[in-house]
Amino acid sequence: MKCNRLVDVGRRQFLRGGVLGAAGAAAATVMPAAQAQAQTARALVDYPSSKLANIADLKVNEPMDIGYPDADSPGILLKLGTAVEGGAGPDGDIVAFSVLCPHKGFYMSYHAADKTLNCPGHFSRFDCEKGGQQVWGHATQNLPQFALRVDDKGDIYAEGADELIYGRLSNVLQG
Amino acid sequence: MAYKRNIDRLPIIPAGATEHNVTCHYCIVGCGYKAYTWPLKTQGTTDSNWIGEDLSKQQGADTKAWYAPSMYNVVKQNGRDVHLVIKPDVACEVNSGLGSIRGARMAENRRSDILGTQQQRLTDPLVWRYGTWQPTSWDDALDLVARVTARVIDKDNEDDLYVSMFDHGGSAGGYENTWGTGKLYFQSMKVKHCRIHNRPAYNSEVHSSRDMGVDELNYNYADYEVTDTIFLVGTNPMECQTNLFLNHMVKGMQNGAKVVISDPRRTVTVDSCEQVAGAENVLHLAIKPGSDVALHNTLFTYIADQGWVDADFIAKSTFQGDVAVPADSAHPAALGSYEAARAACRMSLADGAAATGLTEAQIIQAAEWIAKPKEDGSRRKCVTGYEKGIIWGNDNYRAIGSLLNIALATGNVGREGGGCCRLGGHQEGYYRPSDAHVGRPAPYIDQLIIAGGGKVHHIWANDHYKTTLNAAEFKRVYNRRSNMVKEAMDARAGATREELVDAIVAAINAGGIFSVNVDIIHSQIGQAAHVILPAVESGEMNLTSMNGERRLRLTEKYMDPPGSARPDCLIAAGMAQALERVLREEGRNDYADQFKGFDWKTEEDAFMDGYHQANPEVTYDRLRAMGNNGVLEPVVGFADGKLVGTNRLYEDGVFTRHGREDGKALFCMGEWRGWQAPGKAQQQANHRFFINNGRANMNWQNWFLDQGNEFVMDRFPVPFIQINPEDMAELGIKPGDMVEVYNDVGATQALAYPEPTAKRNETFMVFGAPNGAQGNIVNAGVNELILPNYKATWANIRKISDATPASAAVSYKSWEVEL
Repeated sequence: MKCNRLVDVGRRQFLRGGVLGAAGAAAATVMPAAQAQAQTARALVDYPSSKLANIADLKVNEPMDIGYPDADSPGILLKLGTAVEGGAGPDGDIVAFSVLCPHKGFYMSYHAADKTLNCPGHFSRFDCEKGGQQVWGHATQNLPQFALRVDDKGDIYAEGADELIYGRLSNVLQG
Repeated sequence: MAYKRNIDRLPIIPAGATEHNVTCHYCIVGCGYKAYTWPLKTQGTTDSNWIGEDLSKQQGADTKAWYAPSMYNVVKQNGRDVHLVIKPDVACEVNSGLGSIRGARMAENRRSDILGTQQQRLTDPLVWRYGTWQPTSWDDALDLVARVTARVIDKDNEDDLYVSMFDHGGSAGGYENTWGTGKLYFQSMKVKHCRIHNRPAYNSEVHSSRDMGVDELNYNYADYEVTDTIFLVGTNPMECQTNLFLNHMVKGMQNGAKVVISDPRRTVTVDSCEQVAGAENVLHLAIKPGSDVALHNTLFTYIADQGWVDADFIAKSTFQGDVAVPADSAHPAALGSYEAARAACRMSLADGAAATGLTEAQIIQAAEWIAKPKEDGSRRKCVTGYEKGIIWGNDNYRAIGSLLNIALATGNVGREGGGCCRLGGHQEGYYRPSDAHVGRPAPYIDQLIIAGGGKVHHIWANDHYKTTLNAAEFKRVYNRRSNMVKEAMDARAGATREELVDAIVAAINAGGIFSVNVDIIHSQIGQAAHVILPAVESGEMNLTSMNGERRLRLTEKYMDPPGSARPDCLIAAGMAQALERVLREEGRNDYADQFKGFDWKTEEDAFMDGYHQANPEVTYDRLRAMGNNGVLEPVVGFADGKLVGTNRLYEDGVFTRHGREDGKALFCMGEWRGWQAPGKAQQQANHRFFINNGRANMNWQNWFLDQGNEFVMDRFPVPFIQINPEDMAELGIKPGDMVEVYNDVGATQALAYPEPTAKRNETFMVFGAPNGAQGNIVNAGVNELILPNYKATWANIRKISDATPASAAVSYKSWEVEL
């Protein structure tokens, strides 16, 4: 799978240029529904509620590329196939993570065989079945996981993140 | 669920924040960081900030304009609360902006009264009183230490005072603090019964290299970038010298270097080298444990027989003749000429293969990669890095000497792209008076204490309970002996100081031991202490240290110490002054005079009194100006406003570390002799599992703080032991189960972690854990110079319980990246 190595700079352009379209292997990147900028100064960051997909769009163990809390923050939405702690949906197996390595911000790839996200920069890896726990690596935090809500129609919404996303000092960009 | 901080945003460093140079004080590499501090009620904005970037936008990979929550804290500075960010320095040549999983948590691992981090840090002296530890003043605590100590030492006999003292440069070490302690114990006193923080005697870990004339840190890190072959022996730099690997070795591989790795297990380093260089350019020699000397001697023999040696170098720079230094009690092998060593070390490919478990073809390939001239006839450059696999492995003296033989024979010391160096553990920063009075072999302190030796024990940032060998017995005896003193003190509650000292002395004369513990936390051996003195870390004081390429830098103080904690050098000074006063009161004026000369007010005073005396060019101001790139020692001058250092040792081909006037390097004449240390072969014969042991990247060199860090303890609630999955299945062990590892000398516990690449019956347990000391099952066997052999350990394994909820929650997946 040489395409996932660091020499493949295509995905990194996603970050550098801050543009959509150079996304990965699965479906097209989903835009957040609302402009993701804080309007008022409150104690907590106001996260947008963004529809990412419908359950029917997901195939087991095939990640869908997403952007959350905004299009410049790439992530994946994933139906694992087995229930996990913190999993959403009727089967308790839907999760979403940032795919920017919290060490140096390289774009990670999903390894379906053991359900991990792997960094081509310095070889850190994170377990999608254990809340994004760093299995081994250099990052000083586990992977940011997006809080999900699934409504009666099966629409999946992201509504928060539990760690600071690489490359931004506010998860919801402000300014 | 994995631990998450749930921090959604961080305060922005404002323009004009105060910037401090920081050398990471954890591992040997010493990555450069910048500490930023600014007043609590101020902050930068997305368009006005320290770096002048538009922070309302997503930053790209490798950005300078981001920091993680682990790099942030709120601390005290000159008595006021300030924001603190400690982030990697992109301009530092050591790490080029890379942070490790350790150093990039420096800020989070500072004590904060506001955010509640590191509340385990000691803030005040503690004295055993009324059945527990009571806070007290420095004057009171030091008076008790001095009065008891003065009762067991005399001008010509200080043998009842035992001292365990760090020799390192990071954390609470540094040139200031090794000098402070060294001046007290090796100048004011001549303490013979002493040891270093991670081993049971006061000795070098690389005696043979020094005896052969070669300082163990002789290259610079850039040599890895321009070499043809990287030869790694018993070392795991991806985990333990992370940014040496990522920022220098990786560049070497990208420039075409091949890699030879000698290690019984497949480490993360092996996998990472394969990722970078391609598996076809990486040769992993998975030798039988302890067979290093056989491998090195076979390689040396083969390389010499092929003529792949540097004859000019051997003729000009190495000893000519036969034996230069005969084997004796201080030299576990004779040292001599190239030809003499060739004869002594001769080992055929067949014998080498049998001893190491490798194929002859693997040994030949390694020899070719290390030494075979290139097709155009030019010599091959090879840099050799080694560490605890042989330092704390079988036959230390000969294992290191036989490895250095190869580097010397091929002319790979003192040349670009060469070097034969230990990779190191902690930052270095050793400057003390001579330790010659200690003797060689040095006294085996831990065994002497077990046998009843020592009446007063001063401990400086050592924790025998976690990091010694034969630890189970040591703890039993030390608890008993220190408890005798505690009981005597309890029995005299309310007594005068004089009566209390009499009671303590009576207890130690009856076999007890009075324990004084200087540390930054209440350590495990500190539970046995009678007086506890709080020290500070780098950054809470100005501190100088040197890294694995001899790079000297000053970390600037950026925050206040916790409570009334002090730098070790000033604690040592206080102890000396208290001893002087007490001795004078007792009328022992001649002896008291020996404790003069400690009127230091600051750590800089200690630096000027010590290191500066021998290196007059070096001052704090000049080091501050040299910033995070510092200067490579030895410093040889000062020109154009800069300190002038030494890029690489021995470029002139003159070898000096042994002190020989001829300047010639010596070869090691150490033949392979199987297990050297007592009891190893027998333990191997009687137990199923090899319990290899070492470090993991998360808590290497910083576990003392990380036992209070949730991110780390969440990942490994209990120290892990990696076991082959089929072995686990045979024993009915599931991932995360708690197992007991037990043998003839003790027992310990671990969390079972399946590792498919582990050989059957060969496990790997993480060393030095606060809650599962691997040292409990290491027998007392040492080499002739009292170097511990932690690695050669065998035991049986049984399940204690199913995984605890904490252990069940963590990942047991492979550490090897899948791209």
